[in-house]
Amino acid sequence: MNRQQVFVSVLAITVLVCCGSLLLNKTVSAAGEGKITGTVKLDGEAPHMKPIDMSKDPYCVKANPTPQKFQNVVAGSGGGLENVVLYISDGLSNPTESTAVQVFDQKNCMYSPHVLAMDIGQTFKVQTSDQTAHNIHPNPNPMTGNIPWNQSQPPGAPPVEKSWKATEFIEVKCNIHPWMHGWFAVVKGPYAVTDENGNFTIQNVPPGSYTVSAWQEVYGTQTAKVTVAAGGSAKADFTFKAK
Amino acid sequence: MRRNWMKWSLWVVAVVVLSLPVASWAQLTTQDIAARDNMEAHVGNLTGHANSGQAKYDYRRYCVGCHGDLGDGNGEVAQWLDPPMWPKPRDFQLGIFKCRSTPTGTLPTDQDLYDAISRGFDRSAMPIWNVFTKQQRVDLVAFVKHFSPRFVSEKPGTPIQIPPEPEVTADRVKNGREIFARVQCWKCHGVTGQANGPSASTLQDDLGRPIAAFNFTEGARPKCGSTDQDIYRIFMTGLDGTPMPSFADNIKPDEAWDLVFYLRTLMAQPSKEKDIARQLGLKPVSPNP
Repeated sequence: MNRQQVFVSVLAITVLVCCGSLLLNKTVSAAGEGKITGTVKLDGEAPHMKPIDMSKDPYCVKANPTPQKFQNVVAGSGGGLENVVLYISDGLSNPTESTAVQVFDQKNCMYSPHVLAMDIGQTFKVQTSDQTAHNIHPNPNPMTGNIPWNQSQPPGAPPVEKSWKATEFIEVKCNIHPWMHGWFAVVKGPYAVTDENGNFTIQNVPPGSYTVSAWQEVYGTQTAKVTVAAGGSAKADFTFKAK
Repeated sequence: MRRNWMKWSLWVVAVVVLSLPVASWAQLTTQDIAARDNMEAHVGNLTGHANSGQAKYDYRRYCVGCHGDLGDGNGEVAQWLDPPMWPKPRDFQLGIFKCRSTPTGTLPTDQDLYDAISRGFDRSAMPIWNVFTKQQRVDLVAFVKHFSPRFVSEKPGTPIQIPPEPEVTADRVKNGREIFARVQCWKCHGVTGQANGPSASTLQDDLGRPIAAFNFTEGARPKCGSTDQDIYRIFMTGLDGTPMPSFADNIKPDEAWDLVFYLRTLMAQPSKEKDIARQLGLKPVSPNP
């Protein structure tokens, strides 16, 4: 082989490898999926959440003998932060899709849960347990591919089944009861939402190295790097500063 | 000589590899832009073109003051319009429209946009554009659509089916009153239709601006038209971008006519339904069942 041929073949191989790595930038999803667990805490005193004045609607007042409070920041006694969405923001190439149908309930003139996390394309069901009329009105940015809609939910209304096309934290409101405010957190791949103690477990994580993001509606997003071994459990803790 | 050849080939490969992503991106965006520039609208047997000189001229002459160069509703005049008395101009880029024949969360048809231009919006700065020829209006529909990428990537919704309008009867008016109570229209519109329901004062549109519920009693025209079919369509599709939801899942198509008839009894304009309500001695619904 002369020098020219060597040069050309090296060049060709380099280009092929580059293109190949671009195309095949996927980790093969093998068996032995692991999980990511952890706790999200609030550092400092939780901001005061005002009790909600529901006097607009006598049904709502009657349904809540102790007045409900706003839920923008809900911290447990140990500082655990509730309603934080945990998801894998980087490193996941072939996520298994979540298929379970989740329920978003309108109950006692509040949203339950306050934050509903879901996968792209995962069906969720909006239902009402109340004997007063609501309207369910998510307000995504239509430029993302998520299109806003607005459906009435009078007493006894059939559930509304929907899904979202793109990752986005979507605010959802009831125009009839302006205090009703919640979130559809649409993420790609496995996810979790913290419980009242700030604990979470993301299940079904294939082995690999990832960036985990924690999103809280007031405090924003934090990230952490984790490595999940096959069938293993990785830990990621987060602390948000109270402000 | 050989060295030159190698250098040259290296350059070629580098340029090709580097331009691949740029090329695919450029192709996508130029295609997208071309699709928007060449946007068409079809109403009846007329075809409108966004790239026609007439559409551009008419938009710049008559629409740009409120709706703006970019169609984002930020024309020079927009700042002087104060909602809820004077709703802000529509942002065409979002592709969200109040007056549609299509279900909530879908794009309107060309006919819907044509009707909006022809009808104007009562209690707003948007006049009736019946000075335009039909062709001018269809061209403007295409021009309005070209502002939103959604009209390239999505199809309009399927218009809802409206059954033929039945004869007004006392039973239908009474049933309409039951529906008004059951789905709780009064939460915003008030038991007498005076837009004074318990939730009326806090209503906001999707962009957080104050917005008023429709007052049936003062003789105003509904924004999306005042025929019986228009009123039927308003509550069965909802007015997207506003607090008014779609009731399509909660009112059966035939029963929806009964609600139209009951709404007529609340309106100031004389009607057969109003006479029936008077004969029946119909009282406003009770807010606390």
